Amino acid sequence: MSAGFYEVNGKQVPHDEEGYITNLSDWSKELAEVIAKQEGIDMTEEHWDVVNFLREYYEEYQIAPAIRVLVKAIKKKFGPEKGNNKYLYELFPYGPAKQACKIAGLPKPTGCV
Amino acid sequence: MAMLHTVNKSPYQCNTLESCLNHTQEGDVVLLIEDGVYAAAKGGRAADALAAAKGVKICALSADVKARGLDGRIIDGVEIVDYAGFVDLVTETDKTQAWL
Amino acid sequence: MSDVKKFLYVNRKAPHGTIYALESLEVVLIGAAFEQDVALAFLDDGVFQLLKGWDTSELGSKNFQPAYTALGDYDIQKVYVERESLEERGLSEDDLLEMVYEDEDDDWAEKSSIRIVSREELAKIMQDSDVVLSF
Repeated sequence: MSAGFYEVNGKQVPHDEEGYITNLSDWSKELAEVIAKQEGIDMTEEHWDVVNFLREYYEEYQIAPAIRVLVKAIKKKFGPEKGNNKYLYELFPYGPAKQACKIAGLPKPTGCV
Repeated sequence: MAMLHTVNKSPYQCNTLESCLNHTQEGDVVLLIEDGVYAAAKGGRAADALAAAKGVKICALSADVKARGLDGRIIDGVEIVDYAGFVDLVTETDKTQAWL
Repeated sequence: MSDVKKFLYVNRKAPHGTIYALESLEVVLIGAAFEQDVALAFLDDGVFQLLKGWDTSELGSKNFQPAYTALGDYDIQKVYVERESLEERGLSEDDLLEMVYEDEDDDWAEKSSIRIVSREELAKIMQDSDVVLSF
């Protein structure tokens, strides 16, 4: 991928060469669907749980959590059947933190999958 | 359990050396590198503090001493080491802390 | 690779004048993935990193202070702050950010990570660490 734009409702939203949006304030639910589609993901309620969680985490701490931290926090909030690597990789095959962060409109997580 | 401390800032610019000397323990080695070598120049205020450091070996890296025109102007008690000597210090001590 | 080493990240710089504070924080966050025994030390101007209430809006740079409060999630449970450095700057523990972790051995009770230590104690802590990374 090279740097370019996502098309959402006739508007152009710039992204970097890895597909992360440039301005975090450009994010919208519609945009998330567009990014997800490009990643080959059909957004279900379970996907949204993770994406919304990431957005809340970022809002509070100003960082995207590392995968280990994400798994632990999801486990705490949604229970052990969801708070594990296998479940999260099923939702986001190319790396939960990385792929879900991209859809959530966050910067690429520091040092994580 | 000796530690090698490297200090690369001039003591007239930063408190790095002072802080380092406040946290050394007996048997440690302090190696002055880059602008850190100015601390060992004769006649300077910082040289007094160095001379007063007890139980700590003080070294200075020769390349940095020479580059700054300090050859022959280093106070007694400071050992001049070359790059190989630097490596020896790293291996002789248990760990290194690079004060910045 | 099962060897767990004691890492100590030493922070001695104020938060905004140089990139050291942010770089240190990033290294800590990345390093946390390796599941080592990690502790942080704040001394000299480094104690200003933990002075609560940053507002970087007029500076036009990101406020990375909230990230320090996430360190508990990263299993960082030891944050040493040097008493002499606080006192020289007219600060006390009350002026610092709240940093907590959940204690696995105590029914996940929330506990403060901050430990105020003397200069002498901090020197000892440095000696007792396997790896010291200074910023």
